[in-house]
Amino acid sequence: MNIRRTRTDVIFDVVNYALLVGVIIITLYPILYVAFASFSDPGRIQSWRGLLFAPLGFTITAYETVFRNPFILTGYRNTLFYVILGTAINMFMTTLGAYALSRQNVLWRRPLSLLIVFTLFFSGGLIPQFLLVAKTLNMIDNPLAVILPGAINTFNLLILRTAFEGVPPALEEAARMDGANDWSILFNVIIPLSLPALAVVTLFYAVGHWNAFFSALIYFRNVDLYPLQLILRQILISNDTQNMTAGTSAGDVESVAATIKYAIIMVATIPILLIYPFLQRFFVKGVLVGGVKE
Amino acid sequence: MTRTPPPSLGTRIRKDFQRNKGIYLMLIPVVLYYALFHYGPMYGAQIAFRDFVPARGIEGSTWVGWDNFKEFFNGIYFWRLLRNTLAISVLDVIFGFPAPILLAIMLNEVTSIRFKRLVQTTSYMPFFISVVVIVGLLIDFFARDGLVNNVLGRTGDARIGFLSEPNYYWALYVGSGIWQTFGYGSIIYLASISSIDPQLYDAAKVDGAGRFRQIFNITLPGIAPTIVTLFILRIGNILSIGSEKTILLYNPLVYQTADIISSYVFRNGVLNGDYSLSAAVGIFNSLINLAFLFTANALSRRRGGTSLF
Repeated sequence: MNIRRTRTDVIFDVVNYALLVGVIIITLYPILYVAFASFSDPGRIQSWRGLLFAPLGFTITAYETVFRNPFILTGYRNTLFYVILGTAINMFMTTLGAYALSRQNVLWRRPLSLLIVFTLFFSGGLIPQFLLVAKTLNMIDNPLAVILPGAINTFNLLILRTAFEGVPPALEEAARMDGANDWSILFNVIIPLSLPALAVVTLFYAVGHWNAFFSALIYFRNVDLYPLQLILRQILISNDTQNMTAGTSAGDVESVAATIKYAIIMVATIPILLIYPFLQRFFVKGVLVGGVKE
Repeated sequence: MTRTPPPSLGTRIRKDFQRNKGIYLMLIPVVLYYALFHYGPMYGAQIAFRDFVPARGIEGSTWVGWDNFKEFFNGIYFWRLLRNTLAISVLDVIFGFPAPILLAIMLNEVTSIRFKRLVQTTSYMPFFISVVVIVGLLIDFFARDGLVNNVLGRTGDARIGFLSEPNYYWALYVGSGIWQTFGYGSIIYLASISSIDPQLYDAAKVDGAGRFRQIFNITLPGIAPTIVTLFILRIGNILSIGSEKTILLYNPLVYQTADIISSYVFRNGVLNGDYSLSAAVGIFNSLINLAFLFTANALSRRRGGTSLF
């Protein structure tokens, strides 16, 4: 189609592109600032008054301090454990539930779906949940306390159910003819054909565990169990410099204090920022609209 | 052809179980999970009507009827909590709800695929950053000696204490929330736009419709059902702001504008051990949300529009 661009079209495009460049700057710059600051000379950062467009000098002492800090190392190790075990349990449970609810000829499908969807809109609240886990199940300082209560996220369950329902029924019929039972249909037919949705849901769960702090805050008294985010909270928000500079000799404390928090933010954030762009083209599989409805 | 009578419920249940044994086996952990961690707390929520003493257990604690609710409604914090929760939520609906729609429409007008990709990738990024880091950044950037004051050229006493001044709290909270989610939120609208028939745009161009006309007459009507559905969901969550960000961002200096229902439940319940009162507050919150959700859904359905259920 050959239609001439009018003057308003050109103005529209210029304004639109300019605004979108603004979007890039607004979302990217805060993290860039942190990155520049983390590599900067701590002394110069303290007296600097303004934006950064490159590190002031270049040093990695802040990172050296971070990786010598025993609290951060333990937090990192704990977080990896919660992410791996938690996501594995999440995916196992969610996949089973989504498969069961995606089968059309199951008698109890509708009542079960209703009972599950209802939990999206009504909950007993924080306190009964806390009392259940902390008192009834006696899970204070039990690593499973940050994993089991969130074993299934209902939104993720519905996303997978929608994806599983999208697999052509003919494939399932064919497998059933060959004598396949539900377990082999799930693992050999449904899962291989739903990998994009499974990838997105795995990412959601993993990022959720990586970023979680609240359950750990209310269920853990023992600092040795703290995930990275709780250590971060103490350092970034409660401004606990003792934790921040643990493992550093007294003379160095002064000199790295100004940049160390930036290095910590980078260390805690980079792993996720490296992963999500690769799954970006699947994100649309992870949105759900009208999927709540039966 | 003779009609066989429908099998009795008992027969149907038995046949269904034989056919779907594998599926019911899969459902065991799922049903146990929902029963224990979702319906268990709903059962436990009855402590809102009791004077709960942990040593006595739920059933052993004295029944007090509506006393906990009355105490909350008559308490000095009730109106403050309600106002703050509503204000933050309404501000977020007003400014935060249209933001991803606007971004999606702007992205749809971009012809360069690479540029579009670039904007998408960067604008999704904040969504994946943890709330601890977000609040850490806010506290660092908006501190008296922080980046924002520096960039504004404020020195000495003219420096603004954004984090200790109640007037700035709502803007900080809502603004950072929008920053974090508007990019990611645009995905669903972009998906919705991509299902609009491209011929509509071609026809409009032939008729001489400009860009704005195309946006208002094709794009917006095309994604209207998506907008309505998400709006109903959003209204249904009008009072359900979680406590996670609040308990990290607020401090006693700004409680006046910062304290919301969920942060009060956390402080009063988990930290101070006033379980029954806090459980009552939680139930109140949940019920109000349910009422909003059903109202929004019914209004939308009556007007012949989209509905959730």
